[in-house]
Amino acid sequence: MHVSPVVNGIAPGMNAIPLPASAESNRDARADRGFRWLVTAAGLFVLVALAAAALSMLWGGRAAFDKFGLAFLWSNAWDPVNRVFGALVPIYGTVVTALIAMLIAVPVSFGIAMFLTEIAPKWMRGTVSAAIELLAGIPSIIYGMWGLFVLVPVLAEHVYPRVDAHLGGLPLVGALFSGPPLGLGMGTAGLVLAIMVIPFIASVMREVFLTVPGRLKESAYALGSTRWEVVWDVVLPYTRSAVIGGVFLGLGRALGETMAVTFVLGNAHELTASLLMPGNSIAATIANEFAEADSEMYRSALIALGFVLFLVTFVVLTIARLMLRQLAKKEGRA
Amino acid sequence: MSPLPLYGVRRAKSLAAQALAVLATVFGLFWLAWILWTTLSKGLASINLDLFTRMTPPPVEAGGMLNAFFGSALMSLLGIAFGAPVGVLAGTYLSEYSGRSWIGAMIRFVNDILLSAPSIVLGLFVYALVVARMGHFSALAGAISLAFIVLPVVVRTTDEMLRLVPAQMREAALSLGVPQWKVTLQVLYRSALPGIVTGILLALARIAGETAPLLFTALNNQYWTTDVTQPMANVPVVIFQYAMSPYEGWHTLAWAGAFVLTLFVLAVGLVARAVVASRRMPHD
Repeated sequence: MHVSPVVNGIAPGMNAIPLPASAESNRDARADRGFRWLVTAAGLFVLVALAAAALSMLWGGRAAFDKFGLAFLWSNAWDPVNRVFGALVPIYGTVVTALIAMLIAVPVSFGIAMFLTEIAPKWMRGTVSAAIELLAGIPSIIYGMWGLFVLVPVLAEHVYPRVDAHLGGLPLVGALFSGPPLGLGMGTAGLVLAIMVIPFIASVMREVFLTVPGRLKESAYALGSTRWEVVWDVVLPYTRSAVIGGVFLGLGRALGETMAVTFVLGNAHELTASLLMPGNSIAATIANEFAEADSEMYRSALIALGFVLFLVTFVVLTIARLMLRQLAKKEGRA
Repeated sequence: MSPLPLYGVRRAKSLAAQALAVLATVFGLFWLAWILWTTLSKGLASINLDLFTRMTPPPVEAGGMLNAFFGSALMSLLGIAFGAPVGVLAGTYLSEYSGRSWIGAMIRFVNDILLSAPSIVLGLFVYALVVARMGHFSALAGAISLAFIVLPVVVRTTDEMLRLVPAQMREAALSLGVPQWKVTLQVLYRSALPGIVTGILLALARIAGETAPLLFTALNNQYWTTDVTQPMANVPVVIFQYAMSPYEGWHTLAWAGAFVLTLFVLAVGLVARAVVASRRMPHD
């Protein structure tokens, strides 16, 4: 809130002893101005930080953008020896893994939020939501290690051979599910990402479900609605924009997640339809190759990839924030 | 008389949905239990005193991660030292000075974006800002990249906590003739302190396990160093390199490091919650 500083004078009409403009009050006024400048500069620094991050990556990637033009975005070349680069394979991998993650995480998060707000007995809610939030606190590198050493062998031995045998022969979608059971690949990365973003989406959904006024739900129950009908026809419509915001927040995280994906994606620069095959993502490519990038063009191409990732997540997160704000406005706390 | 068929269908649908919701929760908790169990069992099996007393070893030799622990602690503390003061001041601006102006709304919006921006992007930014200028990787660059992750967390919590302080406290202090900067420092900060500390602890928990930005800034160092202008070992990057290597001994060390890291991050998170719980705002 804005409070204008008390000026050294006295309001007219008040019968008070006028204060002399002492050295002390002058010092206070100066200190006030100084403090205001200091905090304003800190606030503006936040704006500058984001703009500088975007510009520095655009600048760092200029060599790649100059040489390959917009075709950088849809060329699938990735040849460090001849210094020809295109972003199609990493972009494809990023989008596919994030989509798999959202396909799993959104329904699961919705279920968790519904359980925590409508179904679970009171004593259980605090414990379970704390446990789910614990999942959000685990560093992403731990997810990656666990994925590589524990999940990948299990999937390679028990799950993917069956997926290949049963779904691999299907028309149309068969290509998605056929391939050697390596364990590493887009499907695994999508699953690990889903586990990582579930707590984020679930806690946003839980919070916004709690904002639904009790009388709305009670009215629906009084009219004979079942619990599912209350959630689907009352709670969800009331919170729709914020739920979409939460989903986009999770998507933003899934798109930019680096370590978890780098471990289990397999680091292969090949375009493949199969979810069982290794692939690459923008973040994983940068993490794997940046330290060994030996030419200016190589490094520039990687920074250009970073710029593309930045743009995409910026758009996704902007949508998320705008959607979340809609509900806050309705609540009167914009 | 049996219930109307329509009601039966609706009830069945509702029961099915509830069963699925319970299943979804079990699904979420199942992964949590599995990941924690793996970290715990593999970590406990590979932890020993050497871990805290010896340096990171070459591939087939024994060793510990002392240099990495030191590097992580130093860079995290520097990251907090750089990021938190700016964050608190920016949060103060948003809560106390920006009013309802568009610039305040804009800063809040950008800060929220920064809060969820991929950390790898911030790492690349600091690479261009610091590493490319200095010509080599350094712990200082690592700390700066961590500071950019600390910043939005602290801005957000400071802003929220200061806005929770009732307006009467400001008015009371101002009406006594206290200048606004003193009101902010001595009344508002004192009242919002637990919340601000929580924000800083949450930021610490987040940067302690942060790997991606350090790959382009601090990189790694097999040896002990306290020189912040040189590449420095740190726990996440060591875990990453050791886990991706083909050597069994390195894997063991990586699990031990992962165990300590997870324990630390979860403990800091718990302390942060305890700080909030211990001193609820006394005025409501």
